[in-house]
Amino acid sequence: MPMAAYVAAMVLGATGTALGIAGMLGRAWSVEIDWLVPLGGLHLTMDRFAGLFVALGGAASLPTSIYATGYVGRERRGAVAYVVFVAAMLVVPLAANMMTFALAWELMSLASYLLVMRQGTPSSAHAGWVYAVMTHAGLACLLTGMLLLGAWTGSSGFAEWTTAAPALDVPARSAVWALLALGFLAKAGTMPLHVWLPLAHPAAPSHVSALMSGVMIKLGLYGLLRASFEWLGPAPSWWGTTLLLVGAASAVGGVLYALTDRDLKRLLAYSSIENVGIIVIGIGGALAFRAADADTLALLSLTAALYHVVNHGAFKSLLFMAAGSVVHATGTRDLEALGGLVKRMPWTAAAFFVGAASIAALPPLNGFVSEWLTFQALLQNVQLPVAGLNLVFTLAIAALALTGGLAVACFVRAYGIGFLALARSGAAESAHEVALTMRVAMMMAAVTCVVLGVGASVVVRPLIDVAATLVPAAAPIAIGPGLTLQVSNGFASLSTAAVTVALAGAIAVPLGVLTVVGARVRPRRYETWACGRLLQTARMEYTATAFANPFTRVFDFFYRPVRQVEIEAHPESRFFVSRMAYANPTRFIVDEWIYRPLHRAMRATARGAGAIQSGSANAYLAYVLAVLLLLLAFA
Amino acid sequence: MIADVVVALLNVLTVAAGAPLLVGALRTLKARLVGRRGASPWQPYRDLRKLFGKTPVVSTTTSWVFRATPYVLLSTMIVAALAAPVLSSRPPLAFAGIVLLMYLFLVGTFFLTLSGLDAGSAFGGMGSSREVAVAALAEPTVILAVLALSLRASTTNLGGVVEGLAADPLLAVNPVHLMAFVAFFIVMLAETGRIPVDNPSTHLELTMIHEAMILEYSGRHLALVEWAASMKLLLFLTLLANLFFPWGVPAVLSPMPLLIGTLVLTAKLAVLTVAVAVLETAMAKLRLFRVPELLAGSFALALLSVTAVFLLR
Repeated sequence: MPMAAYVAAMVLGATGTALGIAGMLGRAWSVEIDWLVPLGGLHLTMDRFAGLFVALGGAASLPTSIYATGYVGRERRGAVAYVVFVAAMLVVPLAANMMTFALAWELMSLASYLLVMRQGTPSSAHAGWVYAVMTHAGLACLLTGMLLLGAWTGSSGFAEWTTAAPALDVPARSAVWALLALGFLAKAGTMPLHVWLPLAHPAAPSHVSALMSGVMIKLGLYGLLRASFEWLGPAPSWWGTTLLLVGAASAVGGVLYALTDRDLKRLLAYSSIENVGIIVIGIGGALAFRAADADTLALLSLTAALYHVVNHGAFKSLLFMAAGSVVHATGTRDLEALGGLVKRMPWTAAAFFVGAASIAALPPLNGFVSEWLTFQALLQNVQLPVAGLNLVFTLAIAALALTGGLAVACFVRAYGIGFLALARSGAAESAHEVALTMRVAMMMAAVTCVVLGVGASVVVRPLIDVAATLVPAAAPIAIGPGLTLQVSNGFASLSTAAVTVALAGAIAVPLGVLTVVGARVRPRRYETWACGRLLQTARMEYTATAFANPFTRVFDFFYRPVRQVEIEAHPESRFFVSRMAYANPTRFIVDEWIYRPLHRAMRATARGAGAIQSGSANAYLAYVLAVLLLLLAFA
Repeated sequence: MIADVVVALLNVLTVAAGAPLLVGALRTLKARLVGRRGASPWQPYRDLRKLFGKTPVVSTTTSWVFRATPYVLLSTMIVAALAAPVLSSRPPLAFAGIVLLMYLFLVGTFFLTLSGLDAGSAFGGMGSSREVAVAALAEPTVILAVLALSLRASTTNLGGVVEGLAADPLLAVNPVHLMAFVAFFIVMLAETGRIPVDNPSTHLELTMIHEAMILEYSGRHLALVEWAASMKLLLFLTLLANLFFPWGVPAVLSPMPLLIGTLVLTAKLAVLTVAVAVLETAMAKLRLFRVPELLAGSFALALLSVTAVFLLR
């Protein structure tokens, strides 16, 4: 029974990929069934832009569904919710009116909510609760915005919004944009609306986390793009600058939390916040360029953002699947209890390595291409004549560069502590390689990462076409000789193919020379040197916490680290320690500055409102009468 | 076609063969400055030959990452030598910009820090942690400092920056340019592990960064790692020389200009080497947790420089 569900999800994935790619290449179609859904009917439309996201959803859910067959084993729960989740994600980009969109969106949220809650532990219940609150607060913003827009334009169809919106005045459009952006960014997980993400991703089963991170949060960005470029007409420049700043904050904040987290899956969740930040920087850049009438640059920036959407879908689902394999084999997500897996789980370790190198944006892999494109788009802000705007762009560039360096540190830590050296616990010591289906799924995603990087010049063309449906302009990237991407007539260029060949050659030639000269004598194997101690144990290894320590100290204004040391000494002398406890819990400034005061305010309001709740039916009847009289008086 | 290959080989040979001499000269100079005789500047070549002849010892704890790292590291430096404007402003990988170059160095850092962790000793982990922290904090400064240059040359292509700036006669007295130069100089010291950030000639556990990370390497592996480190120093000094003082860098690939270009580059590198040697002799190493303040300072300089470009145009 569960098997049939996952096979159905595979079929859905394959169909979605095919339909989506056909849509991206220009095969548009539309379906209208008026009686199926109230208030406007079911209305689906495929265009190039929707095609990209359908293809992303399909291409990501194919390997994750294959992976799921090995991952869940005999577990029956969650299979149906998973299929519904996949189907809903494929429908969201196709929705062409408000009601269809809201239904698909809510179905996607509910199915993922059930999957987050599946474990039934107190921590997953908490994660599910926070997720439900955030996602529905987001939905409330979305619906308010959409209803306002629907009322002002007199229609609930997206196409009608696009034609009617430019006639509305700017404050009205900006108000709707703020509401929609809040709702979509909450789903995308940008700071400070990210709080649900690091809780929900680790709680869900790994194939679901892979999809939530690889696809679902991207649908938030999908909505943001539709709203900013289509539904709400020409954007004033503050939309773009806001997104640039939000993206920069998310990118740096996300990677800083990822850098210190001990939980492998939560680390990946924080890294998703970082990558969404990078994408939002690209979107913000596109909006800002568009507002300044630099349409070609806007198209470049948007292409970079979409490229990163695709890339993050590939490497983040790969990383979540590899992390899931680790959890499957060892039963723990704690980095301090892993280690040594590169020898016991070589396939999983290789998959994680490819994912880590891609997400750390190492050339010639895919993460590098999209970050490079984002850099090139942002760097050209010099063409805009407004100094204030230039400074915002410069900050975004600096944030992007800092994020790049910190992401390398973060994934060196994740791979180096989690997979290399000695096993840090019995569980890691007795780990075994995972089932064939899971390995196949991971390899599919890993190959995708390499292809998306080395084949950049092939991938970028359809992406420009897709982006051009939102920002019609002349193509900013030409393909030169040697598969070179030439950005903006010689401003910058890159050929990942040439870099790959050069790197491979530069490894092969020295190896060959050393072999020919006969200098490659077999290395002697011996134990690690460490000051003449008798044996080496995992206790002597550098820990994940220690590895992150320089960053905790440098960015202490952000982490606000606390050290709690409790020492219980013997009553006779304080030098005889009987018990010692050490903890360094993470504090979150977003929680402390925004959510706690908000929570307190809500509780205070509720307590205040409690004063009128006496519990007596007579009093309630009197309230009803009073309200009725008030309404009559005003009517 | 053949000319291209010859130029590519020349670029790589200059960097690969010149790098040990640069390190040797730097050591000799430092020794003379403190009144010692010091070893000959050719000593690094002898060290490399000795190391290549020895049997490497590889820890049983390690994986493929440890053994692949020296080759990957060398290969990133070779590709960087192909991408940087070393002998002329038209390097063989002509498309390269600073972003590609910095991320190539990060590939090396990625592998090197992983192999520091791979042996499972506390030294390696400590070195890796510090190295990657310094690299991550230096990254934005490098990109912003070079951005300040490419804004004025209106290309991010490194060769284009050299050619664009060489046309500006007032470059050397431009305060914006000097700020970017100082910022880049500081991160150069950090990236290549020189005093005041790291001390290349210490094995004291409290202070070492790079040396702690490569403690497990021996034989030809160590030779490759050391060689790559010296190539990185040469590449950074070359970038400093050719990007910030872009005079005398030939734009045509014929023998005579290339010869002159090589001589001019040698002269510029000699000046920079003396500067580094004097600085290293005159200064003490900073405490590890003071290093971020230095890097933050250089970042502020680079940011100021970029801001000034925008405000002064």
